[in-house]
This record gives sequence, C-alpha cells and structure tokens, in this order.
Amino acid sequence: MDYFIFLAQLSGIFIILAVSLNLINGICGQFSLGHAGFWAVGAYTGAAFTVFLNLPVPGFVNLLLSCGASFIAASIAGLIIGVPCLRLRGDYLAIATLGFGEIIRIIIMNMESVGGPRGFTGIPKLANIGWVYLWVAITVIFVANLLRGSHGRAIISIREDEIAAESMGIYTFKYKTLAFVIGAGFAGVAGTLYAHTQEFLAPTGFTFMWSVIILLMVILGGLGSITGSIVGAIILTVLPELLRFFGQTVSEWRMVIYSLLLICLMLARPGGIFGKHEFNILKFLRLDKKENA
Amino acid sequence: MDENLAYFFYDLVTYLLNGLTQGSIYALIALGYTMVYGIIKLINFAHGEFYMIGAFIGFFAITSGVPFLVALPLAMLGAGLLAVIVEKIVYRPIRDAGRIPALITALGTSLFFQYFGQQTIGADPKAFPQAIAVKTYQFGEIYISNIQLIIFGSTIILMCFLWWLVGYTKTGKAMRATSFDKNAAELMGINTDKIISFTFFVGAAFAGAAGVLVGLYYNTVEPMMGLIPGLKAFVAAVLGGIGIIPGAVLGGLVLGVAENLVVGFWVSTYRDAIAFGILIVILLFKPAGILGTNRKEKV
Repeated sequence: MDYFIFLAQLSGIFIILAVSLNLINGICGQFSLGHAGFWAVGAYTGAAFTVFLNLPVPGFVNLLLSCGASFIAASIAGLIIGVPCLRLRGDYLAIATLGFGEIIRIIIMNMESVGGPRGFTGIPKLANIGWVYLWVAITVIFVANLLRGSHGRAIISIREDEIAAESMGIYTFKYKTLAFVIGAGFAGVAGTLYAHTQEFLAPTGFTFMWSVIILLMVILGGLGSITGSIVGAIILTVLPELLRFFGQTVSEWRMVIYSLLLICLMLARPGGIFGKHEFNILKFLRLDKKENA
Repeated sequence: MDENLAYFFYDLVTYLLNGLTQGSIYALIALGYTMVYGIIKLINFAHGEFYMIGAFIGFFAITSGVPFLVALPLAMLGAGLLAVIVEKIVYRPIRDAGRIPALITALGTSLFFQYFGQQTIGADPKAFPQAIAVKTYQFGEIYISNIQLIIFGSTIILMCFLWWLVGYTKTGKAMRATSFDKNAAELMGINTDKIISFTFFVGAAFAGAAGVLVGLYYNTVEPMMGLIPGLKAFVAAVLGGIGIIPGAVLGGLVLGVAENLVVGFWVSTYRDAIAFGILIVILLFKPAGILGTNRKEKV
C-alpha cells in the first residue's frame, strides 16, 4: 500500500513537471530540452534550504518556504537561460537548452557543499501526498487561468505564428521569457517536493534523459493540452512500475516493452492522446447522451 | 623557463592529437546526424545506438576470429542495414505526422536499443579484443599510437568517400535534390523513399565504423555507450551548422580538441560543460552554426 502512495506521490511530482514543461513547449511553442536542469536547481535549492537553514518552525512551514525559495531560484535560472536562448528557434533552441541543462548538472556535480558526485544526503522527509497534490492543484489552476487571460492569449499566439503575433503588437520576447520563467519556477517546486520525498539527491538523477522523459509525458498526452500532460505524466510514471507485476520475464524486459509501447503509441496517435484538446468530463458525457438519443 | 615552455608545447601537441582522434570519432557520428537531418529534418536520436551496434558487431566479429579489416566493413554493413530496417518500420509511417512525433519515435527507438542491448548482451562493459597490437611512436616528447593513426586514416578515407558520393555520383545528386526540395525531386522522377533509406544506410554505416574504432581505442564496449557520444555528435553537428556535411566534420574536430584541451590544462570534471558552453556561445553569435548562413524569414 505504501508503495502505491509513493507511486501516486511521484506521479504528482511528474504532473507538475509535465504541466510546467507543457507551458513552455506545448502552449508557447518553444522547444525546450532542459527541464531537468530547472528541476535540479529547485531540488538542490529546496534541500539546501531545509538542511542548512534548518529554521525552528514546523515541518510543513519549512516545506512551503523551501518550495517558495526553489520557485524563485529556478525562475532566476530560467531567466538567465531564457534571455539569451529564446532568440534561437526550433532545433537550435532545443540543443541550447539541453546544453544549459547539462551545464547545471555538471556545476552541481562540482559543488562539494551539496555532496558533489556522491549526492546530497540527510534531507528530511517533509513532503507527503497531500502537499504534493496541493502543489499539483496550484500548478494546474495557475497555468489554466494564465491561458484564459490576455497574457495567456499572447503566449498561445506565439505558438500559432510568431511573426503574425509580432505584427499584432505582441512583444513576443517578453511573453516567451514569461512562459519560460514560470515553467522553470514550477519545475523548481517539483524538485523540492522530489527532494523531500526521496530524502536523497544525486546529480546523476537529473541527466538529459529526464528532460526527455518529461517531454515524452507532454507529447504523449498531447502538446498544448493540460489534461493531456496530467494523463501522460501518470502513464509514464506508472507504466514501468506496473509492468513489474506481470511475472519475472515481463519485469526483466519492462524497459524494452515500455520503449516499444511508446513507439507504437506514437505511430498510432502522432498528436498525443488528446491532441491539442482538453479532456472535459461534462462534454464527454453530453456527447454520449447525444449519441444515445 | 625554456624547459617549461618546451614541455608545455609537447603537452599541447599531445592533447591536440588526442583531441583530433576524439574529434574524428565525433565527426564520423555527426555526419550521419547531419545527413539525416538535411534530408528529412529529423533529429535521429537513435543514431548513437547505431554507433553502439556497430561497436558490438565489431566486438563479436573480432572475438570470433575475423580480422580487423573485415570486421570494420562488416560492422558498417550491419549498422547500415539495421538503420534501413528501422527507417522502414518506424520512421517512414510517421514522416508526414510532423517533426515532434518523429522526434519522440526516434527517442523511443533509442531507448529500445539501449534496453534491448542490456537485456540480451548484459549491462556490464565488455573488453574489446586487441585486434591490432598497440605501437607507440615517439617524436621528441610527443607520443602517437598506431591506433590513433588508424583512426585518422579511416576517418579521412571515409570522408573522402562521402565527398565523392555526395558530390560526384548520380545517387549523390539525388540526395542533394531530395534534401533541397523533396516534392520537386519526386516530380523529377527521383525515388525519394529509396534515397532516404540510402541516406540512413550511409549515416549509420559511418556511425558503425566509429563504434569499431572507439572499441579499438578505448578497449571497452557496453550497451549504453551510444548515449553520450551520440549527444556530443549532435552538438558537433549543430556547432558546424546542422545539415551541412563539412560543418559536421568541423564541429566534431572543434569539439574533440576543445574537450581534450580542457582535460589537459584545466579540470577534467568540467569537460562536458565546456562542450556545451562552446556550443551555446557559438549559437548566440552565429545562430545557424559555424558554417551555416542565416536565412531571413519571409512572411
């Protein structure tokens, strides 16, 4: 049972990561491959906050404060990386963000104060499923509301056509940076929650492969769809674990099966599970009624 | 003081030579990246895996007693054919679905080969057999091994071959036409599907050759070996200007030399950071890579 709660908690952390990356990749259309870098910044900032400051306040206050600190730290990292990189486009932006993500990881690896390559130990286990899902709710509501306002419309217009948006008087650079910074900030919060779930951080846990897996979650669900990101994050977190329960052979081959399933899913639905659309339970039910009538 | 300067010079030349060796390997892998990108605009993340597979074909061939000069073409052929099969089964159906689904499929393929390799061959590194006895030549204080010379030689031969293939043959002309405008090439009677398959074949064969050469140089092979060199080769391709064949070679050499100079004269732990640092600096000043030309966007 504990294992399932842990899995649910991990899914929640990945939902935050996927939704925040979706803001950058799917909604703003800026192809970023450096999300694990912001995740790492957040994780180490949050962990350092609780371990080194060790404020004499209850655990959950400490957790919330460290979440705030990591949001700020990761946002600043996002700003530093975003301002030069967001002038690039397409694949060049992807490779530049990938490079920054790796640089962040290598810098952490060379910081002895947070354990360097040996990893950061002794982080208190402050996060539980309630706090994780509180932050999931905050992230989802924040991003969904952002999209309804004028800032969100401006961000979407950049994805649709950057030149047209610019000629409509939208300061595209500002909105691209805004999306990037907010996305990075929430990735930082996910990092703190992750640090206080695992109680241990190692720089090898934040490689480029993780940026790719978060991107897979976003694309699997449908680029630009928030509900899609949530479903994608849950599937890709639970699927490799679920395959453990199908006997010895499947358990051993689960990563092979996982990659094959991924290829098949992409071949069957190239636009992701939900495409650009949001899944709406009311609409879904109403459609059912119409078909019956 | 003079002696110090002389030793500095010897060190510099040694690191430059090591860098050029590593750079040649990066260049060989980057060529495949850049050719595939040039022709279908796909970042083929599975490319590093063809390098790994080439290394393993070389490993099994040499272990079972095949001479090196046969094992190398065998590995190239094997990696190339596998790439053609992957292209037919996986990439072709998704080619028209847009670039991001294709990218994800490539990532899935890459993961598949890595984990499949781990399951079938085992995750532990294998010792690559010493197919050619190592001889070290000494010029003053500068050392160069025959393996390094073999790597330079093979790389130069393969690159000359590619230069001839792309520039002076009918297939090469068709490849250039397909990468310039696929639809127009099709209208001119070029079987673009075949050309794309052929491009995958050549690219993967080069990566396979790089795999065998690396096995010979570092003496180990393992299923995850394609990940980091694949990434570095991609960086090299972007550095030189992705889609441009001489750019991939230049990018690979620059990257290899820069990394080895950092290892030699600074700290080895920052080696990967420097590769990406150079990339970012170059992209900021020349967003299309060293040899790329900036295209003005028209509405």
